[in-house]
Amino acid sequence: MINQIGAYSLYVCLFASVYLIFKSYISSKNFDKKIDQTFFATLSVQLFMTILSFFTLVFAFVFSDFSNITVFNNSHTLKPLFYKISGTWGNHEGSLLLWLLVLTIFLYIFFVTSKNMNIRYRILTILFQEIIIFGFLLFILFTSNPFLSIFPIPKEGLGLNPILQDPALAIHPPLLYVGYVGTSIIFSASLAALITKSVDNIWASHIKNWILISWIFLSVGILLGSIWAYYELGWGGFWFWDPVENVSLMPWFCLTALLHSIIVLKNRNVFHSWTVILSITTFSLSMSGTFLVRSGILNSIHTFANDPSRGVFILTFLLFLVLLAVFVFFFNQKNFPDTYQRSFLVSRETGILINNWFMMFFLSVVLVGTAYPIFLEVINDAKISVGPPFYHKLIVPFLIPFLFFMALGPNIKWIKDTIQKRNISQIIIFFLCFVISFFIVFNTNTNYLFSTLLFTFSFYLFFNVINSFKKKNSNLSQKISHLGFSIFMLSILFNGILSKENSANMKVGDEINFLNKKLIFENVKVESDSNFKKLIGEFKLKENEKIIHFRPEIRVYSQPETITSEADISSTLFSDNFLVFSLIKNDGFFNVRYQHKPLMIWIWISVLLMSIGGVLSFFKLNEK
Amino acid sequence: MKKITLIIVILLITAFHSNISFADQKKNIDHITKNLRCLICQGQSVYDSQSDFALSMKKLIRNKIKAGNTEEEIYIFLKEKYGEWIVYEPEVNKNTIFLWGLPLILFIFGGLLIIRKVTIK
Amino acid sequence: MKNNKIFYFVVILIIAIFFVLLLGLKEEKNYSPQSDFKKLNSSISLKELYSGKNIFLNDLLINNELNLINIWASWCLPCKAEHPYLINLNEKFDINLIGINYKDNLENSKNFLSDLGNPYDEVLIDKDGTKSIELGAIGVPETYLINNENKIIKKFIGPLDLDDYENIINLIKK
Repeated sequence: MINQIGAYSLYVCLFASVYLIFKSYISSKNFDKKIDQTFFATLSVQLFMTILSFFTLVFAFVFSDFSNITVFNNSHTLKPLFYKISGTWGNHEGSLLLWLLVLTIFLYIFFVTSKNMNIRYRILTILFQEIIIFGFLLFILFTSNPFLSIFPIPKEGLGLNPILQDPALAIHPPLLYVGYVGTSIIFSASLAALITKSVDNIWASHIKNWILISWIFLSVGILLGSIWAYYELGWGGFWFWDPVENVSLMPWFCLTALLHSIIVLKNRNVFHSWTVILSITTFSLSMSGTFLVRSGILNSIHTFANDPSRGVFILTFLLFLVLLAVFVFFFNQKNFPDTYQRSFLVSRETGILINNWFMMFFLSVVLVGTAYPIFLEVINDAKISVGPPFYHKLIVPFLIPFLFFMALGPNIKWIKDTIQKRNISQIIIFFLCFVISFFIVFNTNTNYLFSTLLFTFSFYLFFNVINSFKKKNSNLSQKISHLGFSIFMLSILFNGILSKENSANMKVGDEINFLNKKLIFENVKVESDSNFKKLIGEFKLKENEKIIHFRPEIRVYSQPETITSEADISSTLFSDNFLVFSLIKNDGFFNVRYQHKPLMIWIWISVLLMSIGGVLSFFKLNEK
Repeated sequence: MKKITLIIVILLITAFHSNISFADQKKNIDHITKNLRCLICQGQSVYDSQSDFALSMKKLIRNKIKAGNTEEEIYIFLKEKYGEWIVYEPEVNKNTIFLWGLPLILFIFGGLLIIRKVTIK
Repeated sequence: MKNNKIFYFVVILIIAIFFVLLLGLKEEKNYSPQSDFKKLNSSISLKELYSGKNIFLNDLLINNELNLINIWASWCLPCKAEHPYLINLNEKFDINLIGINYKDNLENSKNFLSDLGNPYDEVLIDKDGTKSIELGAIGVPETYLINNENKIIKKFIGPLDLDDYENIINLIKK
């Protein structure tokens, strides 16, 4: 029964989609002066049906309805309720339903909140967004239907991967998707604005809110994913340049660039075509990302559906959307206002252009690194790996000039500025940063010049941002976001050169000494939990007078059979102490890994701070 | 305009130079194993993994370092057995010229576009 | 007009990328290093299981028979599953079977062989797994077929199944 409701509501959505596509196309061709009531009615029906369908799946998971094949494959009666619910989107089919939900909700909200905008613009946005929705509905209904039935009804499900049973990971997809899928409305609206000759500063004010929402949620979504990787995967790392991580980072670079260029469009009414290109690219990256991780074309730790036939569908759909956008763009080039203005060298516009320049570079590094192995294999039949060293070698050196420009940019006036006045104080600040940095680097065993430069420019940015808080001009949100970024850079640098790791094979009763610390393996306890058994290691870390207790776990799950190691992390504002232990074959011995990671928590706080800046901008709390 | 270009170029050159020689300096086992893919894990490095394969690999590399092999020699040895795929850092050869080069070419291209869009007077 | 050229360039580029990615979908997903008739690293020496003597792998390879190297362990469940195939190969065919015991306890290994039968002509020990890496192995079980030029003509990663068994028989007959 539930399966039918879920599936049929999707078919209703499909019909609504087709109707809306035709109606909006005709309405746009006729340059209708009013919006027909049926638009609102149909959009409402479509939204309602999508929500209904989504919650149908949620209920199927909650009540362990194993007649539904998706629930059977991904759930289990022993699973805690919270994870039954989050299991809805923790699989390929369910997550597509989430895609659809965000697509329709965003369109609806867009329609309802854009009443002050040009009618034809609103209608065309509906057209393009519905094309996307239609494609996804086809994809879901014909290749990834979450409402398929099995008979006879199994008594138990196949269970969810235990690694996915985690609070951070449960809410990470919805947040990430709002960011990711939110780029669709920017795409649709940009194409609509292009056709209706509305790409200008007024439109920029209007679309900026949507860009902010996407950007904020994407940032937080990525943050949560990293935090989860840090404490769940048990190795102390938080970013691995894994294809799925890269795929979420690429739209982020594009969105950041777009966020900055939309500000220029809003304030100065320039960069029209570039802004539209960014909008198209952002959504294309988001769709390509979907393709890369769901088609099985890439090897990754996040395996989703590895089904090539689904890959063909998404790829073809993506080709269609991108070509559509390219056609619309080139055939409407003449619709841009005739302001071929050049910016002055020393101006904030140029500063933002430079930001975009670097963002596009970072984007290209990640894009090329992620996609290249695929191309190489097809063309030359060679299999190579592109891992962290590649990304570090290309990105890190470019951070140095980037930080420099980021420090100066916001302080430069719009249109035209001079660099005379500020010279002396800037040089003094710079020199101080250099001295501080050299001192820091000198006391640790790293490559001097390079690390010193990185620290210098990170401090330089930091002090410049702090300085800017003294100025009375508005833009609190920008200052907070930039402050967040500077703290992010500094925490990563400090964490990078000051982190220390010690590991050893220990049995109960052993103790190891390193530096001025002593780690004692006191005991191992065995306990049972909801759907797993656990081995709890009891450790004591002594450092002078301080004692820290650790209780990392080794978990043995039965459905399916897996063994995971859960680290115990003691976090303070100053540092994280990280301990994890794992089984090795030598009876009685465990491999124990301890890490001391200074300023780890500031990496998370700083990203949150960046997002808060975005939130402030959204609620216009930065303007007086 | 020229001054800014000069500054960027100098910064990049020093950064690259330091970056490259930095990599040569660390020959210890951690650096090597972080650069190797654990072939039976999904996306873990040999350094991070506790699987049998990774543990054996670490032992073998320790032996080779003791025997005086350089980092390059170890990579060559392993690539001969397992293919280029096992090393995370891609080589710079005719296969990977666009891998390393494309972002840099795009960067320069972007710079030229900006120069066109910007004026001093 | 310049815009037209850019337009065509972009469209062609996008379509080209599409086709490359389409082809990429058809490629094999799981990477297994190609042996491509690579030469076996037979210069390594390992201890024999029962006698404890050091033997060079080279010396164990027989020239006018097909050689099979099988990496196994008593703690490895799939190894148990493929064991009957090895027994059959040893009893019914002319093939030189060399077993390499991987990261195992000697007592457990000997018990494994006495309980389930010993299909190997020689059993060698790889106590810490480093010898297997010298051979280019990834884990257990793994099986290599070697011809009389010391080249690896077939590599099986994971336990042998019926298809693999028949495949080996066909290769023996040649």
